Amino acid sequence: MTGARPVQSGNRRQFVSRVIHVAIGASALPLAVSKARATPDLMQEAITKLVGDSKVREGRVKLEIPPLVENGNTVPLSVSVESPMTANDYVAEIHIFNEKNPQPYVIAAYFGPRAGLAQLAARVKLSDSQHVIAIAKMSDGSFWSDGADVIVTIAACVEINE
Amino acid sequence: MARALINVPPRAKKGDIIEIRTLISHPMETGYRAGFNGSLIPRDIIRSFVCLYNDIEVFRAEFSPAVAANPFISFHTMATESGKLTFRWTGDKDFDVTETQEIVVE
Repeated sequence: MTGARPVQSGNRRQFVSRVIHVAIGASALPLAVSKARATPDLMQEAITKLVGDSKVREGRVKLEIPPLVENGNTVPLSVSVESPMTANDYVAEIHIFNEKNPQPYVIAAYFGPRAGLAQLAARVKLSDSQHVIAIAKMSDGSFWSDGADVIVTIAACVEINE
Repeated sequence: MARALINVPPRAKKGDIIEIRTLISHPMETGYRAGFNGSLIPRDIIRSFVCLYNDIEVFRAEFSPAVAANPFISFHTMATESGKLTFRWTGDKDFDVTETQEIVVE
């Protein structure tokens, strides 16, 4: 009992320093989000390689992926992009990135105005619960994105090596 | 020879947007897995897929090892004229499969 007070004050000190850290972290967060969520560096690097100095805006893209998947070996996902798909205004490319697979790239699709509808569905592998990002490049050179969090219960790529 | 399943509506009205679904049998070995003797299984994936509509490219995709085994892909195109749709998958170990489907546009 006698030692209770110092321990408590120590906890309080830790708590205060934690609050300060959280506050600093929270203020840094919006910056990260505006860059299409700067999580693991590899994914960010891959995205930068694609977009260069252009700004990636949120919206127009819809990434649909189940929030909880049992088997990471086949995860169905679909991406649709709002676009009139005319000869002057169409979706040129859709890229999908992940943050925790060995490589940040998943799939890249190239469209033309003849697609009629900028929609893509595929099945992918995910090695862990993570954030997946879809980025669309429009014919005018602008980039739009959407992201989704996925929880994976059985990861891909681990059947034999574990 | 890899087996491919392709789903294209056999007929469509001019200007209709049609959905095309394709599936091809392929292991899509990532190159990151170890085999039973501990050495890595070499990568063996399909690198690219292209769809030609009367020899004009309408859709193309580049795959990475993160694409699931037996790659399924679905996309859309506008029915412009009768003719043939050509699908071609190419990848590691000289993988090269071409399939065609006829479409009647009225």
